[in-house]
Amino acid sequence: MSVGYRPAPYTVAPPSRSARMLRSDSAVRRLDWVLLIAVLGLCAVGGALIWSATREPAASSGGDPTAFLKKHILNVGIGLVLAVVASVVDYRMLRAYAPIIYCLSLGGLLAVLSPLGTTINGSHSWIVLPAGFSIQPSELAKVALVVGMAMLLSEKRDAEDTPRDVDVFMGLMLAAVPLGLVMLQPDLGTAMVVSAIVLGLVAVSGAPLRWVVGLVLGAIVVASVAVQAGLLKSYQLDRFRAFYDPSADPKGAGFNVRQAQIAIGSGGFHGEGLFHGAQTQGKFVPAQQTDFIFTVAGEELGFVGAALVVALIGLVLWRGCRIAMGAEDLFGRLVATGVVCWFGFQAFENIGMTLGIMPVTGVPLPFVSYGGSSMFATMLAVGLLQNVHMRRYA
Amino acid sequence: MSQRSRLRLVVLQVLVMSLLVTLVGRLWYLQVLTKDNYVRAAAENRTREIVTPAARGMILDSRGRPLARNRTALVVSISRTEMLRQRDGGRALVAKVAAVIGQPEQDVWDKTRLCGTPGAAPPPKCWNGSPYQPIPVTDEADTAMALQMMERREDFPGVTAELTAVRDYPQPLGANAAHELGYLGPVTDKELAARSVRTSSGARTAAVLQRTDLIGRTGLESEYDADLRGAPGVRTLTVDHQGGVSGVLAQTQPTPGNYLVTTIDADVQAEAERQLKAAIDRARSTGDINKGYAKYKADSGAVVVLDVNTGGIVAMASYPTYDPNVWVGGISTADYKALTSRGNNYPNQSRAFQGEFAPGSTFKAISTPAAVKAGYSLDGTYPCPSAYSIGGAMKGNYESEAFGQISFRRAIQVSCDTVFYKFAYETWLKDGGLHPRAGSRDPFTQMAKAFGLGKRTGLDLPSESAGRIADRSWKRAYWKATKTFYCAKAKTGYPEVARTDPARATYLRRLSKENCADGYAYRGGDAANFAIGQGDTLTTPLQMARVYAAIANGGTLVTPHLGSAIITPEGQLVRRIAPAPAGHLPISAATLAWMRTTFRSVSEVGTAAGPFLRASFPLAKLPVGAKTGTAEVYGKQSTSWFATFAPADKPEYAVVMMVSQGGTGSGISGPSVAEIYKLLFGITGQQVDLAAASPPGGHPPTTLPTVLPDGTVVAPR
Repeated sequence: MSVGYRPAPYTVAPPSRSARMLRSDSAVRRLDWVLLIAVLGLCAVGGALIWSATREPAASSGGDPTAFLKKHILNVGIGLVLAVVASVVDYRMLRAYAPIIYCLSLGGLLAVLSPLGTTINGSHSWIVLPAGFSIQPSELAKVALVVGMAMLLSEKRDAEDTPRDVDVFMGLMLAAVPLGLVMLQPDLGTAMVVSAIVLGLVAVSGAPLRWVVGLVLGAIVVASVAVQAGLLKSYQLDRFRAFYDPSADPKGAGFNVRQAQIAIGSGGFHGEGLFHGAQTQGKFVPAQQTDFIFTVAGEELGFVGAALVVALIGLVLWRGCRIAMGAEDLFGRLVATGVVCWFGFQAFENIGMTLGIMPVTGVPLPFVSYGGSSMFATMLAVGLLQNVHMRRYA
Repeated sequence: MSQRSRLRLVVLQVLVMSLLVTLVGRLWYLQVLTKDNYVRAAAENRTREIVTPAARGMILDSRGRPLARNRTALVVSISRTEMLRQRDGGRALVAKVAAVIGQPEQDVWDKTRLCGTPGAAPPPKCWNGSPYQPIPVTDEADTAMALQMMERREDFPGVTAELTAVRDYPQPLGANAAHELGYLGPVTDKELAARSVRTSSGARTAAVLQRTDLIGRTGLESEYDADLRGAPGVRTLTVDHQGGVSGVLAQTQPTPGNYLVTTIDADVQAEAERQLKAAIDRARSTGDINKGYAKYKADSGAVVVLDVNTGGIVAMASYPTYDPNVWVGGISTADYKALTSRGNNYPNQSRAFQGEFAPGSTFKAISTPAAVKAGYSLDGTYPCPSAYSIGGAMKGNYESEAFGQISFRRAIQVSCDTVFYKFAYETWLKDGGLHPRAGSRDPFTQMAKAFGLGKRTGLDLPSESAGRIADRSWKRAYWKATKTFYCAKAKTGYPEVARTDPARATYLRRLSKENCADGYAYRGGDAANFAIGQGDTLTTPLQMARVYAAIANGGTLVTPHLGSAIITPEGQLVRRIAPAPAGHLPISAATLAWMRTTFRSVSEVGTAAGPFLRASFPLAKLPVGAKTGTAEVYGKQSTSWFATFAPADKPEYAVVMMVSQGGTGSGISGPSVAEIYKLLFGITGQQVDLAAASPPGGHPPTTLPTVLPDGTVVAPR
């Protein structure tokens, strides 16, 4: 660098709108486009699958064959708006709002257990709103939990490099409340997802290894005690038993598993073509537009289509991990980690159960399954990921 | 941020990606490696087979009269799908139906439960068929019941009343033939598995045997089940996940089962049954002169009418018997107990081909050619004392009669036992006595084998008894099997018998000692007993009928059979049933001719003359060859036998009757046999009218009944 150089004074016109967007520090340039495209791709595939699974029954009862598809598109739209909202506010500001978000979500979970709650498909997890809408607070509680725990575990960062035992303990207490409420519904699937989030967050926060090992062992103990002491409902146990031996009760608990595998297996490599899956169109698989949506991909789009769905999810998770890795502070990293654990475990659980390698629990496949609450929650989470990503250099 | 956090994030990343790889691996396994299993499962998922059973073929007598047919019954069925659609699972519907058909509600409910599901009654009460098939709850509905339900369909959803074929045994002219016809029973899982076939794609087809099928359990129904069964029609439906029918993929019509034409003549069968019952009644009103005139028990009996030339069974009856219709629609527990109880003398057992009895003097038909083989001339004269000494022990004639020096023929006419003792004992001594020469061939037991005794005849019915020939090897085998028992008894004695009857206990102990020491020995007494059909040799009445048929037809040992032909419902011949003879007797034509003449004389001037005389039977116009038998059974009353063939000069039929604990052959069975011959040859008074005989012509029909275009079966011309 030459000394004594004085740059000539200059003036520039304020950058145009488009130029502003293209600036290296603009929100648009900093967006993780791969993540966004993967998410939109999953939403699009989900739309096609939902349409295929729902058009026939709706049409035969005189309804609109595209009703579910339209609602899915609406859900995606609302979800995207929520994602934008979640990404615009600096995530560091969220730390301030975290307690409020957390308390709101607890309120929602309590409301479900109150007379406001409704039982759908054996889970008392819903609040029915006017005009045909219903929400599932446990989905939104996942977002709150990710933010809340990330805040607690990254709180004392200035003095120390890793969370102290007391921070981890506080974080676990924080998670225990919604976990307990979810178990009361009972929503075993969500409880398992929440546990996975907690484990991932504690591990990545840098907490002492004894906590990680302790949590894993604790989970095993709790699970075995729950089974021994009969805390699980009999239908929940049946689902697990059906997992070990689907042929034990082919018309009962094993029925879903068996039908799901028949649908997927019969799809073969190329699939039977969209709208042409005999199992799907014959409605042999229950809950097919929600929890068992993956079977439509398996049957109608074959190995090619099903593997594409897995690949898109992999893409989302890979971007999530990159964002966590590149996050500017521990809070950001933990938020991203929480989302990755959430999406990752939930997707594995959902697809795994249709493939017969995981027990049947009612969790939706992120972005693909039909359902507003899940869509809103996962889109909010995507917004948070983008938020962390965009502010990594700021 | 700590290095630890970074490291753990990398681990998490690897973990997440490996989970996804697991998913793709599993996808590959399901969709590429094991795809075929799922494609097949999906196809089975979407289709259901509805089976229309084939009408079972009729069983006809030799003149086309149905012995087994199908009657239409009004069957009320309930659709399970419809029951499930109701709020209470169909409880109320079942209650309404039960009230209309007049059955207990719980019974009807049990019938609609799928076998093997929780709370279902054990088979045969539960429904063993497809859940998609309407479940029959009664086959005894009447028109009024059906109308009540059909006119208020809205109150009886899913309930149908349809005319359905049910097996029926009409017993033409009163011919029962229960043991020959057999019965049908529900198919078992084992039979289903054994008969199911897999198609090339591996899917199981049910076309061979259905869960709801009835299968021949015994008798002709069982033996010719494959011919009578036909092939069911199958309608393949496509269904949705709720079992709702969405279309028909394929449809095949049922092929009705073929008809079985039997050699039975319903007329003769009915007469044989009547005459057997008459013989039983006669015995029960007759006193036994040897046992203080105690009335005969006549616990059971049998009669066989055999076509001597073909082995076709024209009639075969057993007493006690039962109504074959008790099996239709499932036998009740009470009926089943009655059929199989000792108190009723086991009516389900046929004495004709399953009962084994000592043949008594009718066995002389075998001893005679055996004696010829042993070197005794048919023209010689032999002493007939009242008793014959066998190794010092005296063995007496029946009722200790003595006839002096008599011809062989006379010995048979008067049924002299001592002559045959002599033949057998001397032959036994020549054979080496207690220590037979190696490779010795006792002509008496050899002849019994040549006549097919001790072996099943090959009759086309299941569970035939073989009888037994009590020869040297049988005695040894029997001794081996029982010596432990007798040796123990020889030591301990019979204290329980001694308490009430010390003499008998001493006798039993001595017997045990002898049996223990040398029970294997074939003694002179055994040989003598063998020659007169006493002792341990047992035969079925069918076997004895075959023996006399062989003598009558010139030495051919026919294979008795009930089946004559399989024809289609349209009358087309599928196949003739004419089993080859089992062999030829090792007896010269001259000896056989001599025997026929001799047996003929027995009915004229011998022990068999009485019954024919009393029946004023025109023996001059229709000579009959006959031999009586009165077999003594230890601890029981004697067995009455009457073995015959006729016409003696040109034999057509052999008729053998046996009454267990029935007294003498001539007194009890003889009169009944004479009556059967009157029908067989159209005899009224002294007139023999073969045209009026049953079957016409005095011989079994040679052609098959014909089926008219309208489906009725008419007698052969």
